[in-house]
Amino acid sequence: MFKSMIGTLDPKVPPGPLDQKWRNHQDHSRLVSPNNRRKLEIIVVGSGLAGGSAAATLGELGYRVKCFCFQDSPRRAHSIAAQGGINAAKNYQNDGDSVYRLFYDTIKGGDFRSREANVYRLAEIANHIIDQCVAQGVPFAREYSGYLANRSFGGAQVSRTFYARGQTGQQLLLGCYQALCRQVASGTVHMFPYTEMLDLVIVNGQAKGIVTRNLLSGKMERHAADAVVLASGGYGNVFYLSTNARGSNVTATYRAYKRGALFANPSFTQIHPTCIPVSGDYQSKLTLMSESLRNDGRVWVPKRKEDRFKASNEIPEAERDYYLERKYPSYGNLAPRDISSRAAKEVCDEGRGVGPGGRGVYLDFADAIKRLGEETIRERYGNLFHVYQKITGENAYKVPMRIYPAVHYTMGGLWVDYDLMSNVPGLFVIGEANFSDHGANRLGASALMQGLADGYFVMPNTLPNYLAGQMGKRPSSESPEFEQAEQSVRARLEKLLKVNGTRSADSFHRELGLLLWDKCGMSRNEQGLREALRKIPELRAEFWREVRVPGDEEDYNQSLERAGRVADFLEFAELMCMDALERDESAGAHFREEHQTADGEALRNDENHAAVFAWEFQGEGQPPKLHREQLHFETVHLAQRSYK
Amino acid sequence: MNFKLKIWRQKNRKSPGKLADYDVRDISPDTSFLEMLDILNDNLIRSGGEPVAFDSDCREGICGTCSLTVNGEAQGPDHPGAVCELYMRKFRDGETITVEPFRVGSFPIIKDLTVDRSALDRIVQAGGFISARAGSAPEANTILVPKHNADLAMDAAACIGCGACAAACPNGSAMLFAAAKVSHLSFLPQGAPERERRVLKMVRAMDDQGFGNCTNTYECEAVCPAKISASFIAKLNREYARAQFRQRLGE
Repeated sequence: MFKSMIGTLDPKVPPGPLDQKWRNHQDHSRLVSPNNRRKLEIIVVGSGLAGGSAAATLGELGYRVKCFCFQDSPRRAHSIAAQGGINAAKNYQNDGDSVYRLFYDTIKGGDFRSREANVYRLAEIANHIIDQCVAQGVPFAREYSGYLANRSFGGAQVSRTFYARGQTGQQLLLGCYQALCRQVASGTVHMFPYTEMLDLVIVNGQAKGIVTRNLLSGKMERHAADAVVLASGGYGNVFYLSTNARGSNVTATYRAYKRGALFANPSFTQIHPTCIPVSGDYQSKLTLMSESLRNDGRVWVPKRKEDRFKASNEIPEAERDYYLERKYPSYGNLAPRDISSRAAKEVCDEGRGVGPGGRGVYLDFADAIKRLGEETIRERYGNLFHVYQKITGENAYKVPMRIYPAVHYTMGGLWVDYDLMSNVPGLFVIGEANFSDHGANRLGASALMQGLADGYFVMPNTLPNYLAGQMGKRPSSESPEFEQAEQSVRARLEKLLKVNGTRSADSFHRELGLLLWDKCGMSRNEQGLREALRKIPELRAEFWREVRVPGDEEDYNQSLERAGRVADFLEFAELMCMDALERDESAGAHFREEHQTADGEALRNDENHAAVFAWEFQGEGQPPKLHREQLHFETVHLAQRSYK
Repeated sequence: MNFKLKIWRQKNRKSPGKLADYDVRDISPDTSFLEMLDILNDNLIRSGGEPVAFDSDCREGICGTCSLTVNGEAQGPDHPGAVCELYMRKFRDGETITVEPFRVGSFPIIKDLTVDRSALDRIVQAGGFISARAGSAPEANTILVPKHNADLAMDAAACIGCGACAAACPNGSAMLFAAAKVSHLSFLPQGAPERERRVLKMVRAMDDQGFGNCTNTYECEAVCPAKISASFIAKLNREYARAQFRQRLGE
């Protein structure tokens, strides 16, 4: 259907010098006049930083917006859990920051696998986000003078991160939730909580609606619109255990993929080095311990395998291996996320990991407490030590924390052009759900920046460019395309309910997660990926034979919700492994063991793989088709990252 | 560890509910309370039963989705913290644990342990915001906020919107929830232009949603996972009195 667009994969980057592209584009994009806006309906799926800010802003502009979330309230979206902060190039610290520097750090942090023009626009918009959030009443940290405070974060040599204690995501989300509430009250935004998108509807080659299920009543609904914006977040939960919320899922983006949208770089998944280790078979999620802890904590494991069962205080200094300080003397414990994660895996693979199961390393504050006193450490990290104690029952002021890497964020997502429109006209994808800005590795404090940039500032400027040509083209939700989509959703739900096997959907999800973590996690190799690609279809077949989904369709049925999402993960996992196999290089978080430098660092292949891999669905049981978007670097020079 | 559970089962909003007995065995003390319920549900699914419906999402105490009353305490016994941050090591082996939904007239039960808290959204929709259109904001550092005020605003803004305050209150009052939002925004200069409108509308919305009145029992503060201080209720009362007074003066 979209063959004409595919093949070229034109990102439609505007002409002109890098720093004038966005301005030029705004000057020449088409507009929709205020009295026509109220005739246009826009669907926004998701209510996190990206979806919430987009829905609120489009409502302010006068469009009729329908916003959907599967949670009971838009305020629950998982953006709320982000801890550290949000980047912007305000240069309030007078330490040499600039839009260009923020752009360069972000593109380098992504190991040169993102699109220059998009990243530059993100860096440009970042300053406006801070202005907007302050105006909304986000209680950012302040200095005694009343001016805004900053702190530093990984991957940058300047202090450009704005924060609200350890709850920056919460405060930014509440700011955009409140803006959304204002629009709900004024009638421009209609909110649909407890509602899950289960299919995308395409009419005459354009995205014109969705099919949803009300999770409380089980009622299926059709919603026609003039454009559809997906802001449904990332797919980290494909690994079962991750720092994502329980409900985070791939369904909305995967359903769009099956309707023709291209899925880009699905193998780019970020593993965060400092999380509380897995402690039992029934663990349901992993909890992040902020990266900031590595400022004062020292990471170590015993030098000898035999010592791993000893209490930490019984291992003398000389018997400890501070492996990050040893391997990366200039960055030490503050080595970037992907590198720190792999180093932890390596020492645990050698059998030197600590704690139950041997999958953990120490993050030790003893030296810092000796140097600064317990009180200072409490002031800096008290809330994190408190959370750690709640979860593990251990007092990290007395014994070292145990940490281990965990899945945290997904850089991959649906392919979008410069306007953030997918290859399906009328389907826009924003926030973590798209692939656009973080390349192969995201820097800290950049996810919040991207979500809000897309929603507050990009969507209001690029959506009209499409909508201007769509007046009066909204189809009826009674059209055959809607009928067909609804029937296919119903058939799938009925199929799930009919299997009536003996296992819960969760048990399959856990099994899938273990397989992916092992074969497509922190490091990957051809043999492992091929094995995963063999096993995933087997597991999927078993799921459809053995899953038991109790209850019925017309009810609040949490088992049915979960089973539908797991079924999608079981298909999506295959795409992810296929992409990891196809990307025959190491880049950022994607580490292929076959491609490393002599001292074990990621080795890119710029000649063949400086490209976005975008996959097109070809039908059930058919291998997807690969399209490439060649990345053109006009401003930056590709370089090997080194943190030695 | 082994536990006996008494769990509230209720098919839907209209049908009557009752406590049902369950046994869970061989639970590690490092299991979270919600994971213990996951295990129960997994067993129920495998044995042909109907799993218990309960809400949760982030499972790290920030999203405010989980909403259980454990042994009579909203958000369970490990204060301060949401029930997703409660671990089984807090209980005695062999203990009987009673699990109920939040009991508030304004939060109708949906099924088993899940309740409808959309009344809280409606309080915010009534005026819990600053009307700042995207695109119209001035340069951020032109708005100065004394650190003390910014800290107080943040203390109030930390509310996770779970509704435990109303569940713990003998009057079913949402005063702590509303007070947190009113205080957050009125401590900041950006919130000043809508200060009076906001508090009057939010208090009226609270009444319209059927929440009770505050009689200073401080149960809300005792169970609040975000440690919101009841002193913000005094702040709300002052803001309300001030707004009413100014309204009467015709200002």
